[in-house]
Amino acid sequence: MHAPLTNLPIAFDDVSVVAGAVTVLECVCLSIDAGAPTVLIGPNGSGKTTLLRIACGLDAPSRGRVSWGGQVAGLPRRRAIVFQRPTMLRRSAAANLRYALAAARIPRASRATRLAELLELVGLVGLGDRPARRLSGGEQQRLALARALARDPTVLFLDEPSASLDPAATKAFEDVIGAVIARGIKVVMATHDLGAARRLAGEIVLLHRGRVIEAGPAARFFAAPETATARRFLAGELLV
Amino acid sequence: MGTDASALQLVLSADPALLAIVRLSLLVSLSAVLAAALVGIPLGAWLALVRFAGREVVIVALNAMMGLPPVVVGLALYLALSRSGPLGTWGLLFTPAAMIAAQSVLVLPIIAALTRQTVEDLWLEYRDELAAMHVGPIRRIATLVWDARFSLVTALLAGFGRAAAEVGAVIIVGGNINGFTRMMTTAIALETSKGNLALAIGLGFVLIALVVLVNAGAWLARRAGERVAG
Amino acid sequence: MLARRGLIAIGFALLLGAAAHAADKSIVVASTTSTQDSGLFGHILPLFKAKTGIDVKVVAQGTGQALDTARRGDADVVFVHARSAEEKFLAEGWGVKRYPVMYNDFVLIGPTSDPAGIKGTHDIVAALRTLEAKALPFVSRGDRSGTHIAELKLWQTAGIDIAADKGRWYKEIGQGMGAALNTAAAIDAYVLSDRGTWLAFKNKRDLVIAVEGDQRLFNQYGVMLVNPAKHPTVKVALGQRFIDWLISPEGQRAIAAYKINGQQLFFPNAGDPNA
Repeated sequence: MHAPLTNLPIAFDDVSVVAGAVTVLECVCLSIDAGAPTVLIGPNGSGKTTLLRIACGLDAPSRGRVSWGGQVAGLPRRRAIVFQRPTMLRRSAAANLRYALAAARIPRASRATRLAELLELVGLVGLGDRPARRLSGGEQQRLALARALARDPTVLFLDEPSASLDPAATKAFEDVIGAVIARGIKVVMATHDLGAARRLAGEIVLLHRGRVIEAGPAARFFAAPETATARRFLAGELLV
Repeated sequence: MGTDASALQLVLSADPALLAIVRLSLLVSLSAVLAAALVGIPLGAWLALVRFAGREVVIVALNAMMGLPPVVVGLALYLALSRSGPLGTWGLLFTPAAMIAAQSVLVLPIIAALTRQTVEDLWLEYRDELAAMHVGPIRRIATLVWDARFSLVTALLAGFGRAAAEVGAVIIVGGNINGFTRMMTTAIALETSKGNLALAIGLGFVLIALVVLVNAGAWLARRAGERVAG
Repeated sequence: MLARRGLIAIGFALLLGAAAHAADKSIVVASTTSTQDSGLFGHILPLFKAKTGIDVKVVAQGTGQALDTARRGDADVVFVHARSAEEKFLAEGWGVKRYPVMYNDFVLIGPTSDPAGIKGTHDIVAALRTLEAKALPFVSRGDRSGTHIAELKLWQTAGIDIAADKGRWYKEIGQGMGAALNTAAAIDAYVLSDRGTWLAFKNKRDLVIAVEGDQRLFNQYGVMLVNPAKHPTVKVALGQRFIDWLISPEGQRAIAAYKINGQQLFFPNAGDPNA
């Protein structure tokens, strides 16, 4: 009898990604387990986004294998991602959510309730009828989050969610993430914002030039990083 | 309309012959745009999204067909629809149906090519999100077409402009028969050949006014729709 | 919004329905631009429809093109004015019988300044010789129409091999009579026209009749039913009714009654055995 399909742990087995002449990821061996959020940190261009997309299943590696819960595919429909610059469909906020619910094949009868729940969870109650493109940056980010949550994911991937948000919007967003984590959803986030990493991470993965430099519990990483690169990064140096 | 009345007098007195010609022009050209859209929009959207060997060649050919000479299309259809031609048993020559068919052929490449470009541009924008939401191929096309609908309306208007303006195809397959297949452009051609130049120019202004009205209607529809979608 | 769309859809359906129904009792007549542009059909067809309820759909092309249309089976009746072409059509078996209907004459139109010095004369052959000798601008239909065929015959009678002798002064435009007259009016050229189209033409500008009255300018119109043996879809009964009406006293009267500014354009002669 087969083991039930799950998405965790996400195991990277010697994964490399090559784009033309550029090696974006090199020999990544990594395991993302259930539990507290995993945060990928590193300078821009270190391969965080690529790794995130592969972990979500959007892109395939050039070499190596990825497995979800020990399987080749896992549960793709229960993985959701919020992009760095989310694209709003040219319709109202509620219509965006309805679209996501339909795409996720949520039964029609329960869509209205779920819509209301999601709007409340991300703090967009009352903005349902506004054209999504006219929402502020922070509101759009939260709507994208709601769209992702519409799929009832077991793993939520976030790519630099606060990169273009002001502190107030960032706080609003992170509050929602807190609620998401409390529901038991595994969060995997890529960010270059060390502050956000400190606030949210349970586990840290440091990337530099496509390689995993250090990976481990967040508390230990911030208190006593093992590698010189990590120390320099935490000290605020530019890693070239 | 073989009188000495000016075009303005005909309009103001709601001359029945003029009204019949206006009605036929709108019927033929709007029907042609509708038929071309039913085929051209899905075709253009499909071309925007799929990849196959020779796709670039198909796109270049489709773009080039936007410039199909109307008189050539008319002639080809005339030979096909003639009683002696392959489709003769349909008996469509010298009927409005043949005119609609000819104009559909002219308008189809315009709508398909512009749809392809619009949908391709939108696809670049929507690609990641739709992939992340695991949206299937048919639903993808529907989403892109719906979200691009305002740009597509412009494509339809371009098609309508082409149809309403051409005379070469409809005069060959329609025969410019008085009371049956005479429309604005062929009527203008006829009045010109009768030397009624003033009336011909007047009718030309009426035709331009018609096209402006259609475009204005589309613009109003867009304004109303934009308030909903943003 | 939805209501408006519904109304438009219903409107289309009604129009299409009306168009389809109207096609039931109708015939297609391939004819010439001269009968259309002169306004003759606009005058006599409503009378025929009032009497018989039959819609006559006239496709106006040049004689050559009209006969080709009939050969392809796209018309029920041909009504043209080039006897030699009509007899060839019959000999090839495309038509049933030729009936003469009416005649008028051709006229040579030219600029009122008359550079050829032929205004008011009555010898068409001499006039054409003068035009060719002086290389004066001349507009030819160039479209195998009845007028074009007549024009070519006149060059031949004048002893001029026009295909070989034509220079830049001879402008073959390949279009109908109206277009030829428009062109001649615009460039002050000579042109051969049938009198009917000329009288009805509204853009005469500086053009006048230069030469008329020559016997060789006689222009006979004939009508034929397309042979159903060749094209079974020909509407024989309705087509023959139209022909019968044209040559009947009533039809002939209607043709004679058509006048512009008091001038009769076409002269009925269905009873003439030599026409």
